[in-house]
Amino acid sequence: MIGNARGNEQKMSGRMIADKTVKYILFISAILSIVIVLAIAFFIFRESVQAWTEIGFTDILFGGIWRPGQDQYGILAMIVGSVAVTVGAIVLGVPLAIGSAIFLGEIAPKWVQAILRPAVQLLAGIPSVVYGLFGMVVLVPIIRQINVPGNSGYGLLAASIVLAVMILPTITSIAEDAIRAVPDSYRSGSLALGATRWQTITQVVLPAGKSGIIAAIILGIGRALGETMAMIMVIGNSVIFPKPLNANPLTLFLSQARTLTGNIAVEISYATGVHESALFATGVVLFALIIVVNVSARWLVNRQSSIQTTRQ
Amino acid sequence: MNTKLETIDYNLYYGNFHALADISVKFPEKQVTALIGPSGSGKSTFLRTFNRMNDLIAGTKYTGEVLIDGIDLFKIDPVALRQNIGMVFQKPNPFPKSIFENVAYGPRVTGMHDHKKLEEIVESSLRSAALWDEVKDDLGKSGLALSGGQQQRLCIARALAVHPTVILMDEPAASLDPIATLKIEDLIHSLSVNYTIVIVTHNMQQAGRVSDYTAFFYTDETRTGRLIEFGETQTIFTNPKDKRTEDYITGRFG
Repeated sequence: MIGNARGNEQKMSGRMIADKTVKYILFISAILSIVIVLAIAFFIFRESVQAWTEIGFTDILFGGIWRPGQDQYGILAMIVGSVAVTVGAIVLGVPLAIGSAIFLGEIAPKWVQAILRPAVQLLAGIPSVVYGLFGMVVLVPIIRQINVPGNSGYGLLAASIVLAVMILPTITSIAEDAIRAVPDSYRSGSLALGATRWQTITQVVLPAGKSGIIAAIILGIGRALGETMAMIMVIGNSVIFPKPLNANPLTLFLSQARTLTGNIAVEISYATGVHESALFATGVVLFALIIVVNVSARWLVNRQSSIQTTRQ
Repeated sequence: MNTKLETIDYNLYYGNFHALADISVKFPEKQVTALIGPSGSGKSTFLRTFNRMNDLIAGTKYTGEVLIDGIDLFKIDPVALRQNIGMVFQKPNPFPKSIFENVAYGPRVTGMHDHKKLEEIVESSLRSAALWDEVKDDLGKSGLALSGGQQQRLCIARALAVHPTVILMDEPAASLDPIATLKIEDLIHSLSVNYTIVIVTHNMQQAGRVSDYTAFFYTDETRTGRLIEFGETQTIFTNPKDKRTEDYITGRFG
């Protein structure tokens, strides 16, 4: 009996050690991801210091001209380019993505879901360069048909469309999860009060899933801001301020542009000295932009949920 | 006494499963009818027949007739029908909206947008549900911030706000403590002056306390729910005709 008890005790302590070890391994993994993020941030910042000190903060951020040969390193045009193409992608992609999510989560019969859901997820698996290729070969020639002087087909419109399709699966699947997470009791509660299915969706399901849907859109924005390869292939990459090609303001979208990501990718292979540092500064700005988007998203989500619990 | 709800040889199937068999019964107007019986005997399914919530499940079929005020219930648009027949669920399910918005929801979706009128409806519904005094200063507070019993009364107020004539209750006190349960039972009493109430309950004492009529459901190994006996609650509880009813009421099974 005594021997047995001691055996148990030893087994217990063995399990305890395993338990502790796993705890530390998991802790280290968690810490490691933070360390990696910080290390990358530190590295980018360190490499960009030369640009910030030699060119100056305002000249980089608000400088309209990027001409490395003449030591002009203003990235405002690229900031505008990145923001414009992201806005374009959101305007085109979000309604489509949320619509798909509602259809998948609330309306589609099971067999339709079984076809549609993998199809949407497949979109996420297509490499960025293939989207770029599709844009170059299919979209750009079509857009070139629009008869406006200076329209090359390459530009914000082509880039926005490509980007809209690229963020579609991200937003759709996360928004669908948010919609599915809304308890069925809300739906039956609403239907039992004589609401139609559509009223139930718009007035109960979507508001209840709002924070998840906003999170989905934010992730889409993050993906859009960070997209590089496909953008390089279809946006034209001219370092100019996007502006309308004629009196019609909508021709703005036919304008070529360059994104922050594209700027880095196109020039880093031959850049040296201040030029190289200025590209790292571009990276810092991109980094900051994405942090701003994420923080404002979190703030928005928190504010929404506090409204849900307190507002009349 | 007028008959409010009536079924004639009503059968319900989920796909191949025969859920309810040959139910013919008449529920009198402005009375409380309790549906009792063991789990799986089809009480809740039968209850959901009247506001056609069973329609939402794919593969349901029925035979026989279901009437409200003598009119074939399946000829009425379900959306319109559900405005006339309110429902209170087993677990309180207020929307994640304010108390005001919860009660105003029904009138809003049926086209009422006059804020003054909505305020009146919200107040009168909350009063009828005996919740007004507890929440009148906090109408902006989330419905989810209330206690379980208050949430259930909010759901009752929400159902009353669309001015139904029938209220279906699916074990409305099953998740509540005894004091909150008592409040709901008092409420059922006072509501029965104006509304026809059908309540599913597992609690024999509750059925005895709140109902005027009782319907006893039972099922055998086929799992098909059948109505065994219907009558005045007093009769069913003191002098049941069927042996199974007696056994169930006296607690021999179930």
